[in-house]
Amino acid sequence: MSGVGKPLTLNVPEPECRPGDTPDFTDFEIPRAGAVARPPVDVAADDIRDMAFSIVRVLNKDGQAVGDWAGSLTPDDLRTGLRHMMTLRTFDARMLNAQRQGKTSFYMQSLGEEAISCAFARALEPGDMNFPTYRQAGLLIAADYPMLTMMNQIYSNAHDPLHGRQMPILYSAKAHGFFSISGNLGTQFVQSVGWAMASAISGDSKIAAGWIGDGSTAENDFHAAMVFASTYTAPVVLNIVNNQWAISTFQGIARGGVGTFAARGHGFGVASIRVDGNDYLAVHAVAKWAAERARLGLGPTLIEYVTYRAGGHSSSDDPSAYRSGEEPGAWPLGDPIDRLKQHLISIGEWSDERHAQADAEILSDVVTVQKQAEAVGTLGDGKAPSPRDVFEGVYETMPPHLIRQRQMAGY
Amino acid sequence: MTMIEAIRDAHDVAMGGDNRVVVYGEDVGFFGGVFRCTAGLQEKYGRSRCFDAPINESGIVGTAIGMAAYGLKPVIEIQFADYVYPAYDQIVSEAARLRHRSNGDFTCPIVIRMPTGGGIFGGQTHSQSPEAIFTHVSGLKVVIPSNPVDAKGLLLASIADPDPVIFLEPKRLYNGPFDGHHDRPLTTWKKHALGAVPEGDEIVPLGKAKITRDGADVTVLAYGTMVYVAETAAKESGVDAEVIDLRSLLPLDLETIAASVKKTGRCVIVHEATRTCGFGAELMSLVQEECFYSLEAPIIRVTGWDTPYPHAQEWQYFPGPARVGEALKQVMEE
Ligand SMILES: Cc1ncc(C[n+]2csc(CCOP(=O)(O)OP(=O)(O)O)c2C)c(N)n1
Ligand SMILES: [Mg+2]
Repeated sequence: MSGVGKPLTLNVPEPECRPGDTPDFTDFEIPRAGAVARPPVDVAADDIRDMAFSIVRVLNKDGQAVGDWAGSLTPDDLRTGLRHMMTLRTFDARMLNAQRQGKTSFYMQSLGEEAISCAFARALEPGDMNFPTYRQAGLLIAADYPMLTMMNQIYSNAHDPLHGRQMPILYSAKAHGFFSISGNLGTQFVQSVGWAMASAISGDSKIAAGWIGDGSTAENDFHAAMVFASTYTAPVVLNIVNNQWAISTFQGIARGGVGTFAARGHGFGVASIRVDGNDYLAVHAVAKWAAERARLGLGPTLIEYVTYRAGGHSSSDDPSAYRSGEEPGAWPLGDPIDRLKQHLISIGEWSDERHAQADAEILSDVVTVQKQAEAVGTLGDGKAPSPRDVFEGVYETMPPHLIRQRQMAGY
Repeated sequence: MTMIEAIRDAHDVAMGGDNRVVVYGEDVGFFGGVFRCTAGLQEKYGRSRCFDAPINESGIVGTAIGMAAYGLKPVIEIQFADYVYPAYDQIVSEAARLRHRSNGDFTCPIVIRMPTGGGIFGGQTHSQSPEAIFTHVSGLKVVIPSNPVDAKGLLLASIADPDPVIFLEPKRLYNGPFDGHHDRPLTTWKKHALGAVPEGDEIVPLGKAKITRDGADVTVLAYGTMVYVAETAAKESGVDAEVIDLRSLLPLDLETIAASVKKTGRCVIVHEATRTCGFGAELMSLVQEECFYSLEAPIIRVTGWDTPYPHAQEWQYFPGPARVGEALKQVMEE
């Protein structure tokens, strides 16, 4: 063949469905629930390369738990999980609404992705550490972190543990295994590997979990995390939440139109698994498998959760400008809360009545807590933390120049 | 026109006039940017001239340098100035030095746009003013408009410039001139003279400051969001202050600055960025070097504090008209 062809053109991936188009997920391959076998935790990464191209699923269409990933949780656990997801969804709805009412500046919800953080939290042990993004509030809810403290942070009120310094939802909760969220994408993925390395250096038994969105896997820090995790077989679980969108940008821009995010692990020799992110049981089983692998010193696991961002990116975003309004409804993996509810009903451990009752209880609990938080204060109502708090905590001991500036500021 | 529309218009004029101009960044293509500064460009010029980038600031700048080496003129967006740090190596070690180290064999005519400054309750990751980490680097130009007319003209000049330009867009001014009184109703560019953006491809040259308010007693050096704050402070404090909008920090219009300070004998410098090693420190040195014998009082800086930009205490951090006004009165007492 001659070396000269047609003039080159730039390939820019584009999603199949934009506003006005009809979403069509028929090309989206979804393996049957139970189809992907559960390998032993000491499996060689190379022997499960196919798992990066399939999807681990436990719940089938009829709500039954099938295959050898099933059985990691009791009915009590599952009811607790359902309650966590319902609580997170209600919490999100109330807080998004509070933002709309001007009680805070900004909000981001986990709508449609609740199973991932809520189930993952139950696969860790006390003392383990998450390095979350802004879309894993379920880690806190499922770790019984007080909702009141979360709301105080969201409202930047006088009881905000971060003293009004951080934007809403950028929580920090060390005692609950939740590293301070920075807001800069990707930076914390690699830090999770460092935390895990530290556990190994110290002869400890704790593990770390890194979190990143599909879009953010493009950042250099994702690749830095992979190479360090691989080189030092760090005891870390590296989680990619593929919710299909990064603000207005579809996942193909970060992924390059071919392969999967999970398959990125192969180049680093890291065990890589894709899992149905809207299947609470599958998320839990895979997270448990990866956590055990890490804790046994068998190395890192890269997990891609296949899910869908059912809401806007944030309270500042209107997705109708860039994606079809029908897309969330057409998403073939369903809704995580509905699916777990159906499962519990199908095994005789739940009912529509109990569900409705739980919903009402949760709403009343969240509203009660919200009233308590609002009694302390909301953003802009004049009951904010002191400006002194801005100067505190930059350093352990305030250097003279900051003392001077604080005095100039009059606080 | 809003400043957003003026920036969009500048892109349009530049892309229409020169097919070497390509535009990309996070959410920049189909959606037109989170602030909508590039809306409509992909539709008009096609996907290979305006497109979405992966979330990788280092990659965005690195590829732009490669494109510039080929002969294109990339105009790229960093979604917020707070997210530019992953690209700092590409900017400092590569873009800024390419011409010098290759003796002109390769050059780097790129424009790196980024929204800057606070006042939108963006906390520490949507409020920063990092101009001084760029003015500190030899080989970069640093531009910051304060109104739609300048935004268009300066962006066109930056795109035409043969060297890398950091183009900072004060996001608090995108939709209207903001006087620093956050508790008063917003005003828009519609009724403002500088919202009347001329059609066409007229540039505003880099390195030319603008006196936006004449005064006899003290010179106020400001840029970006602080221009209106300074004007408001002058009005409200009753001090007869001359306000200079620097517009470009590098190259800097030292001539206009020195002439004004020599006339007034006093100088107040205002910026939103942190204080230590902020651009105000450079301005102070220059004014001292150029105007020492004309100075009747020590130069005063009004700046953001040396802390991360806070969320809830935003207006205690922001150097608003009250603080600037106090500085004006203080400098007059000497
Ligand atoms: C370094 C950096 N660049 C850009 C941004 C702006 N930004 C915030 S969220 C976001 C999209 C992230 O998408 P993804 O990683 O898929 O996570 P998701 O929001 O879908 O959970 C962008 C570009 C940022 N916060 N940090
Ligand atoms: Mg995403």
